[in-house]
Amino acid sequence: MTVHSLTAHQLSSGYGDTEILHGLDLAVPPGKITVIVGANACGKSTLLRTMSRLIAPRQGHVLLDGKSIHRTPPRELARVLGLLPQSPIAPEGIAVADLVSRGRHPHQGMFSRWTRKDDEAVAAALAATKTEDLAEKPVDELSGGQRQRVWIAMALAQQTEILLLDEPTTFLDISHQIEVLDLLTDLNHARGTTIVMVLHDLNLAARYADHLVAMVAGRLHVSGKPEDVLTQENVRQIFALESRIVTDPTSGRPIMLPIGRHRMTNGRTVISSEASASRQEPSR
Amino acid sequence: MLIPTIDSIADNRRRRARRRNLVIAFLLALLAATIALTLSLGQSFTPPHDVIRVLLGQDVPGASFTVGQLRLPRAVLAVLAGLSFGLGGVAFQIMLRNPLASPDIIGISSGASAAAVFAIVVLSLNGPIVSVFAVIAGLGIALLVYGLSFRNGVAGTRLILVGIGVSAMLESFIAYILVRAPAWNLQEAMRWLTGSVNGAQLHQALPLLLALTVFGGLLLIRARDLEALRLGDDTASALGVRVARTRIMVMIAAVGMIASATAVTGPIAFVAFLSGPIAARIVGNNGSLLIPSALIGAVLVLAGDYCGQFLLSHRYPVGVVTGALGAPYLIFLIIRVNRTGGSL
Repeated sequence: MTVHSLTAHQLSSGYGDTEILHGLDLAVPPGKITVIVGANACGKSTLLRTMSRLIAPRQGHVLLDGKSIHRTPPRELARVLGLLPQSPIAPEGIAVADLVSRGRHPHQGMFSRWTRKDDEAVAAALAATKTEDLAEKPVDELSGGQRQRVWIAMALAQQTEILLLDEPTTFLDISHQIEVLDLLTDLNHARGTTIVMVLHDLNLAARYADHLVAMVAGRLHVSGKPEDVLTQENVRQIFALESRIVTDPTSGRPIMLPIGRHRMTNGRTVISSEASASRQEPSR
Repeated sequence: MLIPTIDSIADNRRRRARRRNLVIAFLLALLAATIALTLSLGQSFTPPHDVIRVLLGQDVPGASFTVGQLRLPRAVLAVLAGLSFGLGGVAFQIMLRNPLASPDIIGISSGASAAAVFAIVVLSLNGPIVSVFAVIAGLGIALLVYGLSFRNGVAGTRLILVGIGVSAMLESFIAYILVRAPAWNLQEAMRWLTGSVNGAQLHQALPLLLALTVFGGLLLIRARDLEALRLGDDTASALGVRVARTRIMVMIAAVGMIASATAVTGPIAFVAFLSGPIAARIVGNNGSLLIPSALIGAVLVLAGDYCGQFLLSHRYPVGVVTGALGAPYLIFLIIRVNRTGGSL
């Protein structure tokens, strides 16, 4: 089981003149799936990028096993902490197996040769993501879902105990989204890999997260079990949206049903009295 | 259950490595053959055994002059300059993930050339100090172009457009100095505008060889990190590459090589630009392009110079020949990049 601990303390960071994170604290539970949600521009990606050393913090630290990741030699860090960025670039014409093998980079020295261990890691990554059949295909020719599996395979070949993913389901249709999230859950169960990801879809986040983290305007708003985090009150505060929360009969996890201004069966919708008071009635 | 997959992965990896080694061997042979041709056959034919005797330092009447004094320095300089341009060019193209981001397109070569002309014509300098001038100017231009195109990070397209503009300004600066220089002949002017190895002398090769060893070595050490940069800065960083440091090292090394070569031969047109894409076409995705591209650069300069001397109706400097090769490719690339945003 994973023993590495990843925490952020009073973390502030941003780009150029804009500070996006303002003194955020976060402890990632080891061996669990943590999902970060929040409105657009609330700093989800910035948090993930700061926690993976892509951005230097202005204040505070990100600690891996009590040691600042910005002081750890990058290669050493990359053997423990992996990241799949939002839009990685596949060199033109590169074959799947070749791309996946790039994940071995931090395990190889400047002149060290390939070892059996490297080949094994690549083979295991292909098997885990069910991409063995694609091994010699050019990445350019794959579908979006296949391509995302290949990128995950590359991150797996890196064999890190912690894996961060920035919106791994963006641009995928719903069946591929589920496929990717199931795959990540498999990994978490089989290897105990700690997973931290940013997701857009609140319901998928609630379904797949062990630990759900909600951010508002660069701060951690609330975190905990999905059923504790996904409440009407929190959804209102996080997204400025009225909603109804029901329980998914399949997963037993909460589901958020948004309430807009249109398409409401008036009177049949049960919303809290407080919510209806703060809403304007749709004009007919 | 995993065993067959592991073996097939290992096999495919070895096949890729073999393929690349084969390409390198082929290019080495091609380069050797081209060198042999340029040493033995010019306006007169020198038998191979005479060429070898001259190379061994023996005195052969006639051949000692044509081979030893004319053809050999020319070939050595052409090869060294070609290696430098090929290696420096592809390093930039990989680093910025764009074939148009070659030093001869984004103004670094013309910066080095302008500095060399300025040092020679205005300051009346010559020798290695001219190379130092060129390297400093090349780095300065690289920083200038980088700085001018910086806005929340450097976007490839913006850098290329800024570079093309800076390059045009520098070329008019070169032309201005050349026009005002009192006693220059056309051949010399051509050197600084398109590049030439006319009048090569063996002692000029020394600074070039030194620069190639130091900067080329620096670059080859970084080859794996450079290769990781092709996956994007974020991915490279996630794989443990120090992106900013790698960038700076690669930039210094590539500019150092390009500028040192330019200080001797002038900016031989499009060699830096052409070598990488040709290497990519031949090698495919079978490993690093650095060495293949360097060898292609050497063959291009050597063969281009030979064509310019003996195969055309007039004697042209090598830059005119490589320029004629490079221009259509540039047009093709601009059309293609415009359509697909393609990479190297």
